[in-house]
Amino acid sequence: MKYVDAFRDGEVARTLADALRREVQADRSYAFMEFCGGHTHAISRYGVEDLLPQNLRLIHGPGCPVCVLPTGRIEQVLRLALDRPVTVCVYGDTLRVPAAGGMSLLKARAMGADVRMIYSAMDALALAQREPARQVVFFAIGFETTTPPTALVVREAARLGLANFSVLCCHVLTPPAIRAIAEGGQGGGASLIDGFIGPAHVSTVIGTRPYAPFAAEFRKPVVIAGFEPLDVMQAIRMLVRQVNEGRAEVENEFTRAVTLDGNLKAQALMAEVFTLRDTFEWRGLGMLPRSALRLADAFSGFDAERRFGLDYSPIPDHKGCECAAVLRGVTRARDCRLFGTVCTPETPVGACMVSSEGACAAYYAYGRSRDPGAAVS
Amino acid sequence: MKNVYVRPLDLRSGHVDLAHGGGGRAMQQLIGEIFRRAFDNPWLARGDDAAVLPALAPGERLVVSTDSHVVSPLFFPGGDIGSLSVHGTVNDVAVMGARPLYLSAGFILEEGFPLADLQRIAGSMGRAAADAGVAIVTGDTKVVERGKGDGIFITTTGVGALPAGRELSGAFARPGDVVLVSGTLGEHGMAIMAQREGLAFEGDLRSDSAALHGLAAAALAASPGLRLMRDPTRGGLAATLNEIARQSAVGIVLEESALPVSPAVAAACEFLGLDPLNLASEGRLLAVCPGEEAAALLAALRSHPLGRQAALVGEVIADARCFVQMQTTLGGRRMVDWLAGEPLPRIC
Repeated sequence: MKYVDAFRDGEVARTLADALRREVQADRSYAFMEFCGGHTHAISRYGVEDLLPQNLRLIHGPGCPVCVLPTGRIEQVLRLALDRPVTVCVYGDTLRVPAAGGMSLLKARAMGADVRMIYSAMDALALAQREPARQVVFFAIGFETTTPPTALVVREAARLGLANFSVLCCHVLTPPAIRAIAEGGQGGGASLIDGFIGPAHVSTVIGTRPYAPFAAEFRKPVVIAGFEPLDVMQAIRMLVRQVNEGRAEVENEFTRAVTLDGNLKAQALMAEVFTLRDTFEWRGLGMLPRSALRLADAFSGFDAERRFGLDYSPIPDHKGCECAAVLRGVTRARDCRLFGTVCTPETPVGACMVSSEGACAAYYAYGRSRDPGAAVS
Repeated sequence: MKNVYVRPLDLRSGHVDLAHGGGGRAMQQLIGEIFRRAFDNPWLARGDDAAVLPALAPGERLVVSTDSHVVSPLFFPGGDIGSLSVHGTVNDVAVMGARPLYLSAGFILEEGFPLADLQRIAGSMGRAAADAGVAIVTGDTKVVERGKGDGIFITTTGVGALPAGRELSGAFARPGDVVLVSGTLGEHGMAIMAQREGLAFEGDLRSDSAALHGLAAAALAASPGLRLMRDPTRGGLAATLNEIARQSAVGIVLEESALPVSPAVAAACEFLGLDPLNLASEGRLLAVCPGEEAAALLAALRSHPLGRQAALVGEVIADARCFVQMQTTLGGRRMVDWLAGEPLPRIC
């Protein structure tokens, strides 16, 4: 495929791997967190770790939209889907996220709830337009990548005056999450990490500027990287150089798509339609202030939480589940007691086992052959 | 005596109704005017409760397989539920090394299903069966109330003859064997998904649905030591290889750069975050043979019209954990696991 295969080329990968081996210092180790699930997926899918030096470790971060969804939010949408006469539209990954008692939207569907998988926010709006007698709720999740499309459909719904469309807004923001990891709340993790591979698609929207205060304050280098395996390898090389030279700057490997200021139009749209929530619960990171969005007052008529009077109450995770520690890089997937036994992609206990962007699912599906003690396939 | 006049079925704008499954004249008419006509063979023409089939040659054994088909949409680029229901079962029999001979067909029709569609599907089944050299010798029709079906479900059972001394099985792969596929992966799965979800992709996404008996025969002739053949349908190549690895208690290593994937499927997978290894094919043969027979088998597959893009894609290794792994284009190695549930597009 044109424009894609060039970023997966084995020759170039070998050259980069050789350069990395030359550049790492033998007397120290390196640990970098790739924040985004898109990177986690690329790293696992292409076996990038096989090409890295022994003393360089990648920590899979929390940037997977379904992984950071707390059980309480899944419960909220489950109640809506099961108890109210509504149609809930969700992105595919969301269907399997486990809630309390092994429930999920997929199971709710089998019990009769009207839950539809959609490919884009526009599909939900189109459904509401097609069937005016039906209350359509779009369960909007994701980081800054999926937020502008939600803003667009809300604005369009307002323009059309649609009375049967609303959004359960669970959009979250990247910078507060990275900050939370660097601050090392809830059991630390930050001291383990020498630098961050910064988000690709998110950064096309927000630009590289938001990472600068963070890199300076915590003395951690950040390199924004594309989602292709060679992007990741090049970003790792740039991080190694920064660490070796004692720098902690924001650098941009993904210059073919990311600029300093990002997509100003998308930012303006988001600012128009959304406003910051005071606080929001994240799986693994707990309550983070000013880390998520709700609909702005001008659009509150489309807010499903208001329309259906939904309260939010946190629900504790399964006691044995270490997703929280895995998301912060404190624990590796394979060290969780539930991993691969109780918790598998077929019966996920924690959200990290749901999407192939999640640290546990990625390791289970792509990497567990490296584990000498792995159970039979 | 006067001849009773029976009004012919309205095949242009008529619909299936409950009487068509009621066991009376209406059902007889439906069977006669649609199925018997489309499938046209002496067993069906006799109208008995079962078909009496000739004995096999001495030493031959019977091979039986069954498959239910519930595809949506019913008509798709490259085929329809009718041809698919024939190919699916013919292929299951053929990959065992058997010569497919007969099919049975069970229909569950939903009240209100257009007779024109039924006739089109039956015609497509009849043609697919004739092309595959099999006869649809017996069948059954039931009608369920509106809302209790999805238009039409078809179950076919296939019978074939396995020559004396021939034995293929998923349990026969040995370290040192090689894995071949007869063509590009995931064409059927992606064509259906694109149709179902109304995804407007550029390029030509067509189902690869085809009967593999000829290709299978060519493979058997070229590789006397052939261990096994499969058709990687649901779950794609990934699921089929994992089944084989488990049955044979071996590991398998694929070479990503050798996997045949069409540009259209590759682009659609890229867009949706899906892996062609998990998508169904309905007209592709997977074969495992001893390493020394690889060249002959590859040449035989490639010289058949259905195997032009055949490729050697991997090898069988010793691995008690039964892992399927892949050497990636990048130079790393990763597992190729069973898929958890349906392939769902990723968000990011």
